[in-house]
Amino acid sequence: MVNEKGSFEENLKKLEKIVKNLEGGELPLKETLECFEEGINLSKQCTRELETAKQKIEKIEK
Amino acid sequence: MVEEKVNIFTISELTDYIKDKLEGDSKLINIWVKGEISNYTKHSNGHLYFTLKDETSQIGCIMFKRSASSLKFEPKHGMKVLVLSSISVYKPYGKYQLVVSEMHLEGQGALHQKFLQLKEKLEKEGLFSKEFKKPIPKFPKTIGIITSQTGAAIKDLISNLERRFPNTIKLKPTLVQGNGAAKDIVNSIEILNKIQDIEVIILGRGGGSLEDLWCFNEEIVARAIFKSKIPIISAIGHETDFTIADFVADIRASTPSTAAEIAVPDKNELLINIKHLQERLLSKTKKTIELKEQYLISIKDRPIFKRPFDFINQYLQQIDDLALRSNRAILNSLELKRKGLEIITAKLHSLNPKAVLSRGYSITLNRGKIVKTIDDVKINDLINIMIQKGEIKSKVMEVKNGK
Repeated sequence: MVNEKGSFEENLKKLEKIVKNLEGGELPLKETLECFEEGINLSKQCTRELETAKQKIEKIEK
Repeated sequence: MVEEKVNIFTISELTDYIKDKLEGDSKLINIWVKGEISNYTKHSNGHLYFTLKDETSQIGCIMFKRSASSLKFEPKHGMKVLVLSSISVYKPYGKYQLVVSEMHLEGQGALHQKFLQLKEKLEKEGLFSKEFKKPIPKFPKTIGIITSQTGAAIKDLISNLERRFPNTIKLKPTLVQGNGAAKDIVNSIEILNKIQDIEVIILGRGGGSLEDLWCFNEEIVARAIFKSKIPIISAIGHETDFTIADFVADIRASTPSTAAEIAVPDKNELLINIKHLQERLLSKTKKTIELKEQYLISIKDRPIFKRPFDFINQYLQQIDDLALRSNRAILNSLELKRKGLEIITAKLHSLNPKAVLSRGYSITLNRGKIVKTIDDVKINDLINIMIQKGEIKSKVMEVKNGK
């Protein structure tokens, strides 16, 4: 369910939305578990992205 | 003699008149004056006293503490300066003097004036207006940097950006001082604007004197910043002094490291934030599962699941009860109907004409029809008179109209 191509920003926003949605009301168990799974995947992906990020410097000569 | 003919002033009156004349002349208010400092003294109360002179003249000057405190250099004897001042007359000595509100080193003073003029012009045009400020993206993937390749600013920027949020940097080495710097900055802004993925530009330089930073006060630079489609963060290294570029930029950072803080979020803060989100996710899910579990347990504990026959028996009892009550209701309603019937029968009975006969009345019939008026019979008609027990056959002898 996690969109591997989503940007860090999109994934973080999605994660925040899922947590808010989950905390906002009493969802049925099935949906709660689905949200949980998606949220955990998103958070793992965001964390991985941050931890593996490397600076790239490109010089523009013209 | 003389006293009678002409108007005579006192010294005070004359001085007041001169004071009013000089201080009321708009040509002598807020004027820029250049000259060389001599006889400089700084009074213990913070006021500065000196003379400004050129080859042939001199004027006494005072700079009050309030104005003197914003001086960026220590005035010295022999310095050539430009001052913003107004003429005032000091009555006790009958002396006119300049009250100085701003002082710049000559050369710098001219630059400063140019700066103020351009600032005023661009401000009027709206180049500094908030409505034109572009928002700075929160998580830019690619950052453009315009600065000198060799200065301290670039090292500061790169290391701060890497520490906070490593991403792609497109560096355009640019002259940021001296001849041609302004043109080079304009060129760099235009080139970076043609590169698709750059989301924000940092225009940076380490600190320096007003002359060093002058290219950032050039009109062409201001217009290029304004024209840029990519938001620009200015980081022209002075905490206090603003350049025109700072005013036009979408946001101004006081130093290169502050620019990095504005451009990208802090990785460690983000990681903590994500961890918090994870914890909230986990705790809410756990809570939901526990709630559902408790609900299940509470259902299992309900009497119906523990002693199901109790439940059935209860219903059976209810059915019996209902049956009893309905029986009783049916019987009750039958009894009511029977009584009603009796009443109606009695009523019917009292209406039976034969019952009337038993009370001594009679009914007269003519050819089977009841005789009610004298028109129902004629003389010689054979009529039957019915009484309680029997019948009398008679013949009509006479018909009389009666009342």
